[in-house]
Amino acid sequence: MEKILEMKDVRKDFDGLGVLSGVSLSVEKGEVVSIIGSSGSGKSTLLRCATMLEKISSGSIIYKGRKMAWTDETGKVIYAPKAELAQIRSYFGLVFQNFNLFPHMTVLKNITAAPISVMKMPKAQAEEEAMTLLEKMGLADKAGEYPCRLSGGQQQRVSIARALICKPEILFFDEPTSALDPELTSGILKVIKDLAAEKMTMVIVTHEMNFARDVSDRIIFISDGLISAEGTPEVLFGNTENERLKHFLSSFYGETERR
Amino acid sequence: MSISTMVRLLLSGMGMTAIIFFVTLILSLPLGMGVAFCRMSKNPVLRGITKVYISIMRGTPLMLQLLVVRYGPYFLFRAKLSDAYDIYAVLIAFVINYAAYFAEIYRGGIESIPQGQYEAAQLLGFGKSRTFTMIILPQVIKRVLPSVTNETITLVKDTSLAFTIGVIEMFTRAKQIAAAETSMLPYIFAGILYYIFNYAVAFGMEKAEKAFGYYEVK
Repeated sequence: MEKILEMKDVRKDFDGLGVLSGVSLSVEKGEVVSIIGSSGSGKSTLLRCATMLEKISSGSIIYKGRKMAWTDETGKVIYAPKAELAQIRSYFGLVFQNFNLFPHMTVLKNITAAPISVMKMPKAQAEEEAMTLLEKMGLADKAGEYPCRLSGGQQQRVSIARALICKPEILFFDEPTSALDPELTSGILKVIKDLAAEKMTMVIVTHEMNFARDVSDRIIFISDGLISAEGTPEVLFGNTENERLKHFLSSFYGETERR
Repeated sequence: MSISTMVRLLLSGMGMTAIIFFVTLILSLPLGMGVAFCRMSKNPVLRGITKVYISIMRGTPLMLQLLVVRYGPYFLFRAKLSDAYDIYAVLIAFVINYAAYFAEIYRGGIESIPQGQYEAAQLLGFGKSRTFTMIILPQVIKRVLPSVTNETITLVKDTSLAFTIGVIEMFTRAKQIAAAETSMLPYIFAGILYYIFNYAVAFGMEKAEKAFGYYEVK
C-alpha cells in the first residue's frame, strides 16, 4: 500500500511547553484514521502540524515520499523550499471545526476561488465541478447564497466541498461536528461516511465515539501528547489494559454500557 | 451686501474647501494602508517609528501641525517659500495627519479578522498577497467603513483650519464677510453649507456601507 502521510517522532513545544512529545503516525492510501483523546491532549495540534499551520519543534513529516519537514543532525527543523511546499500542500486538505468559510463570497465562489486563482482551473470547469460537489452535498440550490444564510451543518458541507475540489490525496477533519447542534451532526457524519466508502484517505479528530468506531480503519488515542493506544476499532474499544483509555471511554459511555 | 452675493462669495470659498477635502481623502486613504502595514510590521524599528509618528499626529492639534508644516521649513532651514506654498502646506499637513488616523482604523479592521480566515486561505494555497486582496481586504473595508465615515465627516469640518495659515476657503470667506458686514449671517450660511456638504458625505458613505455589506444578513 502507498503511504500518503508519514509523521515520525513529531514534537511540538509552545514556549517550552510540550504539546506533542514524539508522535509517529503513518496513513496509507484509502485508510480512515480517527484520533480521539481528551481536550488539550494534542490531537488538534497534531493536525495543525501535519497541515503546516504550526511548525514542528522536531521530527519529520513526509507526504507521498516527499519530505515536507525534517530535523537535521544539529536538531534544527528544516522545511522544504517554498515551491516544494506549495506542491506538497496540494496533497492535503483540512476541514475546520469552525468551517472558516469566506463570508464575503457566495457558496459557489467559496468553492471555486482556490481552483481558479491558485490551481488555474478554467472558471467554467471549476464551477461545473463545484456544482457537482454541491449536488452531492444536497446544497445545489444554495450556490448563490452567502455563508451567513446557511445553517452550521450546511456551512460545514460547503467547507468539505471547498476542500474536495482541490482533489487532495488526504483530507483532515478537525472536530468537524463540534461546532454543530446535535441534529446537524448526523448530516456531516454521513458525508464523511460516503467519502470513506469512496476510499478517500482521511484523518479525523473527533469526539463522536460511535462514529469513529463505525467509520475508522484505525483509531488512535492520544493522551498527554503521546499515542497511548492504537488499533482497529474492535481492538481499541476492547482494550481494557490501558487505564487512561478506559477512563476516557467511560466518560463517554459510562462503565456499564460499554461493550 | 445682498444675501445672494454673500452666498456666492461663500461658495467661491467652497471650491478650496472641496479641494482640501478631496485631495486629503484621495491621498490619505491609500497612504493610511501603507502606514498600517508599517505599524504592523515585523521589523521593530519600522514599527517603532510608525508608532511614534501616529502618536504625534494624534497627540497634537492639527492646527499646530499646520503651522509647523507651513513655517517649519523657514525656521529650521531658512527655506524661503512663497505664498503659493500655503495650499501645499495645508494639503501635506492634512494628508499626513489623516493617514495616521486611517492607519489606526485599518489596523483595527485587519486585526479583527479571525485567524481562521488566514488559515483557510493558507490551506487552499493562497499566497500572502492573494490572501490579503481576495479574502482579508474585502472584509476589512466593510468593517472599517463606519469609522472611516466618522473621520471623513471630521475632515469636512477640519478644512476650516486652513484659515490659520491664510488659505482662503469657505470659513475664511465667512470671517471676512462677517467682519466687513458686522453680521452673524455669513456664519449661519457657512454652517448650513458645511452641513449640506456633510449630509452628502454621510449619504454617500451609507450607500458604500450597504454596497460593501452585501454579504451580511439584513
